Amino acid sequence: MLAYLIRRLSQALLVMAVMATIVFFGLYAVGNPVDLLINPEADLAEQEATIRRLGLDKPVHVQFGYFLGGLVQGDLGTSFVHNRPALELILSRLPATLELAFLGILIAIVLGIPLGMIAGLRPDAPSSKLIMAGSVIGFSTPNFWQGLMLIMLFAVFLGWLPAGGRGDTVDVLGIPVSFLTWDGLSHLILPAVNVAIFKMSLVIRLTRAGTSEVALQDYVKYARARGLSPTRVVGVHILKNILIPVVTVLGLETGNVIAFAVVTETVFAWPGIGKLLIDSIGLLDRPVVVAYLMLTVFLFVMINLVVDIAYSILDPRVRIRGAKA
Amino acid sequence: MSTPVLSVRGLTTTFDTRAGTVTAVDGVSFDVGPGEVLGVVGESGSGKTITGFSVLGLIDPPGKIAAGEVLLNGRDLRTLPEAEMHRLRGDRIAMIFQDPMMTLNPVLRIDTQMIETIRAHRDVSRARAREMAAEALALVGIPSPVERLRTYPHEMSGGMRQRVVIAIALMLEPDLIIADEPTTALDVTIQSQILSEMQRLLAQRNTALIWITHDLTVVAGLADRVAVMYAGRIVETGPVDDLLDRPAHPYTQGLIASIPSAVPRGTRLVPIRGMTPSLVNLPPGCAFAPRCPHASNTCRAARPDEQARGHGRALRCFHPLETTP
Amino acid sequence: MMLAADAPLRRFAGDFVKSPLAVAAALGLLAIILMAVFAGAVAPQNPYNLAEIDILDGSLEPGQEGFTGFTFWLGSDEQGRDMLSAMIYGLRISLFVSFVAVSSAVLVGMTLGLLAAWRGGWIETVIMRTVDIQLSFPALLVALLLLAALGKGVDKVIIALILVQWAYFARTVRAAALVEIKKDYVMAARAAALPERRILFGHVLPNVMPPVLVIATVQVANAIAIEASLSFLGVGVPITEPSLGLLIANGFDYLLSGRYWISFYPGVALLVTLVCINVVGDHVRDILNPRLQR
Repeated sequence: MLAYLIRRLSQALLVMAVMATIVFFGLYAVGNPVDLLINPEADLAEQEATIRRLGLDKPVHVQFGYFLGGLVQGDLGTSFVHNRPALELILSRLPATLELAFLGILIAIVLGIPLGMIAGLRPDAPSSKLIMAGSVIGFSTPNFWQGLMLIMLFAVFLGWLPAGGRGDTVDVLGIPVSFLTWDGLSHLILPAVNVAIFKMSLVIRLTRAGTSEVALQDYVKYARARGLSPTRVVGVHILKNILIPVVTVLGLETGNVIAFAVVTETVFAWPGIGKLLIDSIGLLDRPVVVAYLMLTVFLFVMINLVVDIAYSILDPRVRIRGAKA
Repeated sequence: MSTPVLSVRGLTTTFDTRAGTVTAVDGVSFDVGPGEVLGVVGESGSGKTITGFSVLGLIDPPGKIAAGEVLLNGRDLRTLPEAEMHRLRGDRIAMIFQDPMMTLNPVLRIDTQMIETIRAHRDVSRARAREMAAEALALVGIPSPVERLRTYPHEMSGGMRQRVVIAIALMLEPDLIIADEPTTALDVTIQSQILSEMQRLLAQRNTALIWITHDLTVVAGLADRVAVMYAGRIVETGPVDDLLDRPAHPYTQGLIASIPSAVPRGTRLVPIRGMTPSLVNLPPGCAFAPRCPHASNTCRAARPDEQARGHGRALRCFHPLETTP
Repeated sequence: MMLAADAPLRRFAGDFVKSPLAVAAALGLLAIILMAVFAGAVAPQNPYNLAEIDILDGSLEPGQEGFTGFTFWLGSDEQGRDMLSAMIYGLRISLFVSFVAVSSAVLVGMTLGLLAAWRGGWIETVIMRTVDIQLSFPALLVALLLLAALGKGVDKVIIALILVQWAYFARTVRAAALVEIKKDYVMAARAAALPERRILFGHVLPNVMPPVLVIATVQVANAIAIEASLSFLGVGVPITEPSLGLLIANGFDYLLSGRYWISFYPGVALLVTLVCINVVGDHVRDILNPRLQR
């Protein structure tokens, strides 16, 4: 297991290095880094100072070294607009995004897996057909429009929930969270549901496909032949087998959720990293965009790593293969 | 013979398919006494596996048991509520499946699967159930059973896995075990080991056994009585030695003639001509008629009824082979 | 699978019409495409001809009649533009962008996928590693960042979509082509030194087409959704060529004051289009998937 971990970690580092290289040379390909990295409103002396400070007068390979050095130390430049280190700015917004993403995924799992299993176990029942029709619509609905419709229904017409913003937060271990206050929770519900609906359709599809396949396996019939209760057969023997693909895909989707939070956060004015990204793109605040990019790459690599490990815990067959390889 | 443990009368199981209703088991009747081994022999598609599942009441839609009685110690299982059947399965009737690779749930440890079976039927503590499981493993000749309990199925060889399945079957001392080709997927050497193991274990207790197989040689060494199935019907039954020495049904004779070791050295093996009929379009007469060397117009026009022949033998044939009983 | 040239097609059509839902979706899709193609003839108004719109007709509710006696069945926007007409024109832009992007992505992806499967070696490694890395990042995010660098514009949206979608096709084509290349007849053709082009285009390509078609259907839906999202986020098509996504974005501001129709109806149009494509795509996949043919 340790060897496996070390191997996966070094792979993750490699991907990070490759992505950093692409981002660095991408900046050069797109345009002059002086224009990209220096506040255009700064005066000439200030510009020259920055050029020297960033080493932009040095050859490319030396600059690449600086870039990597900064990266390792977590220095990704300073936001023109907020005048704060870009990474610090993004990290301060990250909890809001993570809270949104995790609650969304939680709703998707808690509702999606049972619904998918119902649809998979009795594919011809009317309830199953309804579930599948719902999932096709949930899958097809553009996320941003769905968010608008949620606002229209629950904030404008019914007036039950606020249309946007984050509301009151409470600090837990120094991190502000919304779900512990009623005001915060009421702000969180609509965006979280908006994130959840799309993922839920995915979970339902995956679970249904998995369930109908696993239900035909000999070991399920054997479990029934041993006189186990239907609850145990479905809840343990079938569920544990379908969890493997579902968790894998969902884990990989966590990254997607964080990325798609760009849309939800924009619609609901949720102050997370996605909203920050869109604002920064609009304001040409390049260091923040670059920092966002590097942070998402890091998150994605980490998520892939965690999913692989979770996968090996869930599926003992993989664990052995991993250890032997 | 004493009162039978299992008495099946006129069992008929049908499947509704797009091509029409298929009668997979057609009016099958047989008895199994305490401690008796009944070999059910037939080619694939003859309905022998479906017969086993029908006894357990494990027929899933689109299949259904259309008619007949399944009496376990005089109680008709078909009239029992489903909850009562859960209690019986795995406890009074245990089943061993064909492929040990597919039978045990790959993501659950051996102990989980054994303990859940015990605790589904016996009100014992987890610790006591673990002891029982270890005892059962020791009984079927698995070395260091306590350690083995903690492994996953894929960490064992096929033979070892089938021993686990046999241990699970014997564990709760059922009245009847239905074994569906339990040795077919194993190597020949393992096969004979398991066979002699089964004989030893069954001799110690008074468990009835239905051994479903396509292999007459296995039946010859193990069974007390044999039922030969063809196209969903039992075409001939009788005590094993008598039936193998003096087959009366042309199909039984054909089966025996195609076993390499049953015929004297130098004699040509005689395969049965033709193929197992599709159950969708059975001929109106005897299902074996198209392949039978002795078939007459009578055979092609009507189905033969079962006739008792003395010495515990019965068959369905208009032109039984003249062998002196 | 390819016994006679038209037999699989006919069987495919036969299987397809067995599902009334899929047929309905296909017909709906056809109607939507026709409507988009003939937008000029179908739409009651040309919403971008300033002579035809009147600011006095602004913000009319669905079904209201304007000053000129024109009925705004789905309401009008702030500038007095008929929403129904704007939607039909918007649909045209949405479909145009996605069709052009996906067909280009198919070409690029298929070429690279075939190249990878046929050549193997380092070419394959480079192509497939690129595919792996690219597919591990969400398309919307990659497109968003590309457009942040490239700037707005229909052409730029198309480029971004091609860049995020080619990888799906490359992966699918390579996998299917590898299976095909290992078959005896291709081995034989290679051994007989038939021209590579003939083997690839005559034998391998026809057999990789079914999965490509399935993916392409799904990707058209994805492209429409991504384009709409990008336009909503303000990095997609320019305001002068509003797609459905941009129409929805424009209506966002009016939503909170209860003028829901400006965002609502374009969204419904988008949803219906995507549902139709997904239903057709699902069904085509089910038919072509040999595992489901029991």
